[in-house]
Amino acid sequence: MTVQARELTKDYRYGFHDEDVSVFRTEKGISPEVVAAISQHKGEPEWMLRFRLKALDHFLRRPMPTWGADLSGIDFANIYYYIKPVEEQGRSWDDVPESIRLTFDRLGIPEAERKFLAGVSAQYDSEVVYHNIRADLAKLGVVFSDCDTGLREHEEIFRRYFGTVIPPNDNKFAALNSAVWSGGSFVYVPRGVRVEIPLQAYFRINSDNMGQFERTLIIAEEGSYVHYIEGCTAPTYSNDSLHAAVVEIIAQPGAHVRYTTIQNWSDNVYNLVTKRAIAKEGATVEWIDGNLGSKITMKYPSIYLMGEGAHGEILSAAFAGDGQHQDAGSKCIHAAPNTTSNVVSRSISKGRGRTSYRGHIKVLPRATNVQCHVRCDALLLDEESRSDTYPYMDIENPDVTFGHEATVSKVGEDQIFYLQSRGIEEQDATALIVNGFFEPFVKELPMEYAVELNRLLALSMEGSVG
Amino acid sequence: MSSAPLTQSGPEPPGGGSAVSAPAELRVEGLRVQIEGKRILEGVDLRVPEGEVHALMGPNGSGKSTLAYTLMGHPKYEVTGGSVSFAGEDLLALTPDRRARLGLFLSFQQPTAIPGVTTVNFLRAALRSQGRELPARDFIRRLGEEMEALRMDPSFRSRYINDGFSGGERKRAEILQLAMLEPRLAILDEPDSGLDVDALRTVAEGVRRVMERNAGRMGVLLITHYYRILEHLTPDRVHVMSEGRVVASGGSELAHRIEAEGYEPFLDAFSSAGREV
Repeated sequence: MTVQARELTKDYRYGFHDEDVSVFRTEKGISPEVVAAISQHKGEPEWMLRFRLKALDHFLRRPMPTWGADLSGIDFANIYYYIKPVEEQGRSWDDVPESIRLTFDRLGIPEAERKFLAGVSAQYDSEVVYHNIRADLAKLGVVFSDCDTGLREHEEIFRRYFGTVIPPNDNKFAALNSAVWSGGSFVYVPRGVRVEIPLQAYFRINSDNMGQFERTLIIAEEGSYVHYIEGCTAPTYSNDSLHAAVVEIIAQPGAHVRYTTIQNWSDNVYNLVTKRAIAKEGATVEWIDGNLGSKITMKYPSIYLMGEGAHGEILSAAFAGDGQHQDAGSKCIHAAPNTTSNVVSRSISKGRGRTSYRGHIKVLPRATNVQCHVRCDALLLDEESRSDTYPYMDIENPDVTFGHEATVSKVGEDQIFYLQSRGIEEQDATALIVNGFFEPFVKELPMEYAVELNRLLALSMEGSVG
Repeated sequence: MSSAPLTQSGPEPPGGGSAVSAPAELRVEGLRVQIEGKRILEGVDLRVPEGEVHALMGPNGSGKSTLAYTLMGHPKYEVTGGSVSFAGEDLLALTPDRRARLGLFLSFQQPTAIPGVTTVNFLRAALRSQGRELPARDFIRRLGEEMEALRMDPSFRSRYINDGFSGGERKRAEILQLAMLEPRLAILDEPDSGLDVDALRTVAEGVRRVMERNAGRMGVLLITHYYRILEHLTPDRVHVMSEGRVVASGGSELAHRIEAEGYEPFLDAFSSAGREV
């Protein structure tokens, strides 16, 4: 490891990497040949190849977005778009090659699976290397597989929904994902089935100069419930990696989908993700979105409230350490009467870290009796840190109850002093205040994640005072 | 924020215990303090021997709260002269958390809210920092008892500390912390202000309960405007502050005189500081 890389990993305990064990990779850079090679390697149907090539065309024609974070450092020609780590996917951890299994061991995944998960998917570079779902859920018709398997084994339903929530021409990075997607999750919950314990996917980038483009499609049929959790980490390299995922959720009438993300990429990863959900009549969609890692994140989970009485919640927390930019936010589109949405965003900036909140609320003319509420609070830890809020409101029906509150504050000298006066050291006092600030977010996480998040925050706070 | 190096915060004896050898006496000599360039304390002399209860009285703006904050080490208060020792240590050289771990406690007149940090987690973190963590079950039982004594609703435990508390709730929460932390010297900055008669009695009884439990071990420096609370907590000594100095000291009868005659006689009659009456 170079000195530079060592410095980068100071606070990041997932910065290790394995030797390259890949069995197949496309050449660096992107072209119709690379896209065709991925599709061919996966043995996909013709329609998917056409879909990919059309998406590539969109990607190549779209300019880089310049309205948000600085993306000029991305070199599309210097990225591997597909790296296959293993020949076969494992159903048991024993089937996973040892070096990869050890990686997930270090990340605590098999242990978490034993303790409190209904199913686990573990993706390593471009492919899911391990997959398992509890037999009782499978028996009820619940499908939880990687997205490629979803296409292979459930093509009819896959094709009906794939790319309908986020079309390939939605934005440049959704187009890129649509062209080279691999892995991710396919979740199908039949009518009335409630999956009471969470399903989890874990995404790990291992290779240098890697682009990870997982694709997730969640379909919750009428009256069903599912909670899906994703976690992400990567080694710390001096070269940047790119993560451009697409997540599509369809919540049918009365369904309830909760999607929790704890993103903890190393600080050399560009994390540019498009996440969108459709909520039909009486459905509920919740995005619980935590952004701790990455160099730059641009991510604005969206909910299209299409059916009467649908409800959306977007709860996000972002921490931007020195040199990080978390450009996150939310979108709620009210397209039907009596729909409600609630957005709570909390962000913390430290050092030269920067957080931005972009929120978009849209109420269409036909959407009467809408209620929406947005609250975003930013906390700055020192003089250099920065936070910006960009709210966009587009309200075309006067029959709406709308609230928007935004605050920016600094960790108060009096708060630190108060905690110190009880014996708590300055650094621990700051950590307590930070944890307290994230409390509305943390209390929505499963216990194990809450504990881990608090620990990660404490690590991020080390050396922040003195 | 304090600029004291972090390397100072090594292991050290916990506050409140009897294992610490030096008596927990507070000695303030010639203390001069300014805040944002404005001189507030003009040479304070004060001594609170271990286990004694002293009242500090005086009109608004005389510097009582400044003294309290300075003793606890608030970074805004700049010491320009004099010395303070507690339990044999040079208090002014220590960060506020080290002062607390030495056994000092300040009950704030207007404690600040820490949103998201529950009273229970706050107290556990405080006890842990002082090396006095209790097993979870004992801690919860003890907390329950103290809260009941202070007539606090059990829901207080999971409320965020001081967040949305009424004035009276804040005062009680401060005394709850006093009861849980059992310091060697408690500086109580107007624990009685803004309370009605019943709430005052509850708070005063709460303080007395902790004092009796720690008789001879816990000193108190009680800052107040009012005689009323002194009927509940009889002080060993009473000091009067004016214009940044202690201008008179005496026994508990001094408080009676102030109640009867006001501060005027002290402010005019004693031009030299620290006069015994």
